[in-house]
Order: sequence, then C-alpha cells, then structure tokens
Amino acid sequence: MTDVTLAELCIFAASEAFRGNGEIVATGVGPVPRLGAGLAKLTHTPELMMTDGECYLVEQPVPLGPRNYDDRKKAGYLPFSRFFDSAVWTGRRHAMVTPTQIDRFGQINLSQLGGTHKQPKTQMLGVRGFPGNTIYHPNSFFFPSHTTRVFVEGEVDMVSGVGYNPAKRIAGGNYSGVALKKIITNLCVMDFGGTDNAVRVVSLHPGVTFQEVQAATGFPLEKGDLVETSLPDADALAIIAQLDPHNIRASVIKDNPPAQRVS
Amino acid sequence: MLDKRMTAADIVAQLSDGMTIGIGGWGPRRKPMALVRELLRSNLKDLTIVAYGGADVGMLCAAGKVKKVVFAFVSLDAIPLEPWFRKAREAGQLEVLEVDEGMFQWGLKAAAFGLPFLPTRVGLGTDLAALGGLKTVTSPYADGETLIAMPALKLDAALIHVNRSDWRGNVQVFGPDVYYDEWFAKAAAKTYVSCEELVDRMEDHYPDDAQFNLFERCFVTGVVELSGGAHPSSMPPHYGWDMKAFKAYADAAKDPGDWSAVADRFVGATEADYLNSIGGKEAVAALPLPIF
Repeated sequence: MTDVTLAELCIFAASEAFRGNGEIVATGVGPVPRLGAGLAKLTHTPELMMTDGECYLVEQPVPLGPRNYDDRKKAGYLPFSRFFDSAVWTGRRHAMVTPTQIDRFGQINLSQLGGTHKQPKTQMLGVRGFPGNTIYHPNSFFFPSHTTRVFVEGEVDMVSGVGYNPAKRIAGGNYSGVALKKIITNLCVMDFGGTDNAVRVVSLHPGVTFQEVQAATGFPLEKGDLVETSLPDADALAIIAQLDPHNIRASVIKDNPPAQRVS
Repeated sequence: MLDKRMTAADIVAQLSDGMTIGIGGWGPRRKPMALVRELLRSNLKDLTIVAYGGADVGMLCAAGKVKKVVFAFVSLDAIPLEPWFRKAREAGQLEVLEVDEGMFQWGLKAAAFGLPFLPTRVGLGTDLAALGGLKTVTSPYADGETLIAMPALKLDAALIHVNRSDWRGNVQVFGPDVYYDEWFAKAAAKTYVSCEELVDRMEDHYPDDAQFNLFERCFVTGVVELSGGAHPSSMPPHYGWDMKAFKAYADAAKDPGDWSAVADRFVGATEADYLNSIGGKEAVAALPLPIF
C-alpha cells in the first residue's frame, strides 16, 4: 500500500462521510468529494442518489473528465429547476463542498474576502446555495490545503453558510436542520463533536501530529480519539481508478504526495 | 397584438433607464446573449440586473450599464469567478442584493404571484439578512417560527432565450435543464423572448412537442428569432458553450482590462458582425455540448 496517494486517502475518508446516509442526494463538488460520494455508492451505501453533475440522476456514478456526452446512464431527473423543492428544502441531500474560509463555528464563506460588502477586496463566487444547504441538510467539507488562511481566526469574512454560532442565530428561527458532519483535509479528519459543536480532530493522516494540525488552524481544536485515518483497500483503489480514469485526483493536493509520509 | 414579432432593436427600445431587468439562464448556460449584446449597443443605463449570473452580468457591469445586481453567484463554470463582475465589485461601483440560489427563485415566485414576499428559513444564521436589509416575519400559527421574508423580485422586463417560438409567443423549451426561465417570465411585467427557431404556427409545425411549452404565451410580449443567440453560453440541444470565447473574454479582463478597448470584440457593431467574427452560425452550431 505504499503507493496510495494522500488524495486517495482523502477520497476514502470522504466516502466514509456518506456511509449509511440513506436515500438522499450525495453531492460532491470537486474531484475528491465527488469521487468520495461515488465510492460510497459503489461500496457501502448503494442507496445513495446522485446526479451526473448536470441534471440526471444516475445509479452508476459518472467518471470524472472527458467522456462521451451520452455515456451517462440516466435513471432519474433532478434539474436545478426543481432542485430546491426536491432535494435541498426537503433535507434529502448531503453535500461536500470546499468553501474559501471556515471558522470555529463551522460558518463558511464563498462570497468575498476583505473590504466591505459594497467594495470587497476580493469578490469570489457569491453565496450560491450555501445558506439554504446549511439550514436544510447535512454538509461536509474538503480542503486540499489545511492552513490558517482557510481555518481562520475569529469569524469568516462573510457568513455564507449557517454554523453553530449562537450570536448569529436570529431568535425564533428553526435551526434543527443544521448538521455539519465531517471536515476532511490534507492533514486530518475532523467533526463538530466537541463542546457546543466545537471542531474536533478525530483522525490524523499517517505521520501527521495534532500539534501540526493545530498550528495550521486559526482557532483551538479539540481532541477526539486521534486514531490514524484509514487507508483505502485494494478494492476501493480500483473503484477510485475506474471513476477517475484521467487521474484528475493527482492534481488536487500540491505535489500529489503519498498517503504515508516519507520521513 | 397577437403577432409579437419584433427585432432585437425593437425590444431594447422598449426598455428604459433605471429598469429592473431579469435575465434567464444559469451562469454560462441558456443566456439570451444576443439580446444582451443589443442592450450593450444601446445607451441604456442605471439598470438593476436580476440573474443567475454569467457573462451577461459581467458584460453589462463592465460596460457601466448597471446600478445594482441581484445575484447568488456570477460564474462561468470552468472559469469560476466572472472576471468583469469581479472587477466591478472590487471597484465598489455596484449596489448589490446578494441572496441564496433558492431564495432567488423564491423571490421570482413571490413576484409571479403578486405577493410582497414569501417566507423561508434560508438566510437565517448567515450575513445575508443584515447585508441585504431582509426583514423577518413570525408565523401566526402555534409554531411561532421566525422566518426571513424574501421580497418579491419584481421585474420590469425579462429576457429569455428559448429553442422555438411561433409569432404568437407559443414557446418550446428543450435542453436537459430549463433553470428558472419560467419564473423570470412570470415575475416580469413584460417578457421578451429570443429563439433559435421561429415558426409560423406552432400547432402546424411541432404539435407533438407541446408539453415543452414551459410558460404560456400570455407571459410573452415580444419574440425574435436569433439563432446562435445564446453564444458564448450553451443552448442544448443545439450547441454547447464556447469555452475558448469565454477564456478570451476572461483574459481581456486582465489585459487590457478596459472594456471600451475590447467591447467591439465581444459585442460587435451588429449581431451579424458578431456572428461573422466567431465564424458564423455554423461555428456556433458545431460547439459540442458540455460534459459535467
């Protein structure tokens, strides 16, 4: 298993985030989350639903990268035109996404960095569907580069997704749908299982220390069991390779390092 | 008038400064770009643009036509950050109402139904309410839940690109996803439709496709045939997006970075000039559908 890459380990960890989720739409945005969702569906959680990335529901996860337009096998239909009424606002979805920033409350930002709302220093995508996703259905996150620029001190510059910040919650609102699950990074796997939903490190990738993760994080982390993150087995690696025939996963983490650090 | 045929110039002549204009499609998909280009050739200004934004929003902002943008994102997919929108935002030249994608269609639906707002949980716990001045309402029922009141996004006009129409405005809309075009049409006082194919009487040509009549003709004020009119955005099943053209457009935001120097390239003096400059309608029709 010495040739397992860190990206493949992250894909395997991402697939675990979808384990046992039931008949909901698993959305992985970006190569690692998408491969993770596909791997989950093809292994332990076949009941997951997913789209081809456009608008059709598929029972065979669609491989990444160039292929023929009609290669996807359509089993159902979930276009944007009914995405909110079918998937998001009914809570029947678990999305794994990569925001630009995240803070200790799990608040995320995809909209803008610095400056003011009238004149941001850096305009990014906009909030997209994050406010609705985070108040209605489970969400997890993947970050290919775990740094204090992503895991910010204080709060994110623009709160685009709901977190567990009591000060941000308008009284009387229904926040029962807020469910932040896993955070997978190039260093570790975390969850929100700490005190008052604080971010907690649950597993460390091989060779990574808690101190190293803490140093790369702008807020104090809690310690979970701190086991070593599991490596994918040969079957999982074969499925990952089949879902990513062009090896796009090799470009996700800088220098595509091995899962097992070379000391 | 039942014959709703117009030219693109007629349509733009019906718009005026300060109007709120909704633009159908989604990012780099199904955008009424030929109508947007016609608008860019006009002297219109101080517009409020309501869109799931792509190059439509970027170009209008770059050209200084826009006072305010109502958006959830502005993106070209493979080029995630719309470069000209970004420039306008970072220059502080725009007013904005930033909302979630779902709130956005909710606001269109409120407008369609003539309601002042529709309630939603979406936006609670984020900065949207405070930044956008969104108010809350309290459920009058036993639950007493506090909800965001998403205001109606009332449009003075909507611009939409469809696959087919007849001169009465019986449209047919194909493609795997039609996004929220129906609700732009219903949220607008007047909706102007460009189409890939204009037929005489729909019932004589494509009666078997009547179920693709996404919105009824009472919501259509004007119709114009502009085949290739979504370029550089995608218009399935006719053609895909032109990522090379988007790339050139994005690069121009860096170098020279001045819209007036490149507007002619991306807008053209006339639509015919524009189409010629990109190799004609045949070149558009040959663009492969995108793979996700």
